[in-house]
Amino acid sequence: MTPLKISIAATLASLVLVVVVFELIRSRRLRERYALLWLLTGVVLVVLSAWRGGLNTIAGWLGVRGYPPAVLFAVGLLFVILVLLHYSTVISRLTDQNVVLAQRLALLEAKLRERG
Amino acid sequence: MSTDVRERPVVVDERLRALRRIAIVPAMNEEPNIGRVLEELRAFDPGLEVVVVSDGSTDRTAEVAEAHGAHAIRLPFNLGIGGAVQTGFRYAWENGFELAVRVDGDGQHDPSQLDRVIAPVLADEADIVVGSRFAGAEGYRSSATRRIGIRILAWVVSAIARQRVTDTTSGFQALNRRAIALFAADYPHDYPEVEGMVMTIKHRLRLQEVGVTMREREHGRSSIGAAASVYYMAKVLLALFVGLFRRNVVPLEEKE
Repeated sequence: MTPLKISIAATLASLVLVVVVFELIRSRRLRERYALLWLLTGVVLVVLSAWRGGLNTIAGWLGVRGYPPAVLFAVGLLFVILVLLHYSTVISRLTDQNVVLAQRLALLEAKLRERG
Repeated sequence: MSTDVRERPVVVDERLRALRRIAIVPAMNEEPNIGRVLEELRAFDPGLEVVVVSDGSTDRTAEVAEAHGAHAIRLPFNLGIGGAVQTGFRYAWENGFELAVRVDGDGQHDPSQLDRVIAPVLADEADIVVGSRFAGAEGYRSSATRRIGIRILAWVVSAIARQRVTDTTSGFQALNRRAIALFAADYPHDYPEVEGMVMTIKHRLRLQEVGVTMREREHGRSSIGAAASVYYMAKVLLALFVGLFRRNVVPLEEKE
């Protein structure tokens, strides 16, 4: 079984994540589109941290013996990888769009100069 | 827009004729549909200016629009419906239009029903009017998942707005200058009609629904599939929920 102190600390930390994400959306510093994955991460971690029996069971399924909180690390890491991968695709799209914007702007400027 | 001689005279409401009015038409790759939409808009009201916002189209949507006498704004890449429509609201705001209607470029909105949508704005009974597929008039078929989604959203928005609404995803709308000002300053991104309704209420603008019938798409498919709608639902519900805890932005002030 997971030590109680670890469960409490992990639950609190996950709750802080959820609250911070929520506040970022509220203050319009984070768009809903990019917040969904973070919220999912936070909620899954809250559930796994607080629901000690569940964490134990899942650890059993995965063959983790002796230290169930290792599952928390694994799940947390998995979600961080997902978020990073998602951001890589977002950055790629932004890069493409930035190129298009720069080209459009330069062409427009050239046209204005030739006229003026 | 040119005001050429028509074969048959069009009767336009006097109060409407007195206003600077514009139709905002978001369109992404609607080359086969856009011409007819613009002809129908002109048949409704020859004095209605039209701005087509081509949202990263790869076909000749913008050229066809210009050939039909509309202003065309070419977005350099796809911004999504919210970004495209807001471009139209900014255009309407900056050019001093007093009344705007929103009509989709795919032909599902029937311009001959615009008089119904515009009427409450002309009578100064509403700041924004939404043409609803479910408020009376029959004639809309849709997939089961979509109908459930529409129901849930209608229920949630009605609860937040404390006013019964039936169609939260309709882009068939009429707005006066106050509403144009609000949406020019701040417009949601992904499913803008839903959040837009809530914003309207929170800013104490008067919202009204009128029954309309919409047509099936003539060419092409709707941009939202079943799997994507679940994702959209999650996003919209999250946005609505967070919106409850948000202070309102101040809409653009009229410059003297």
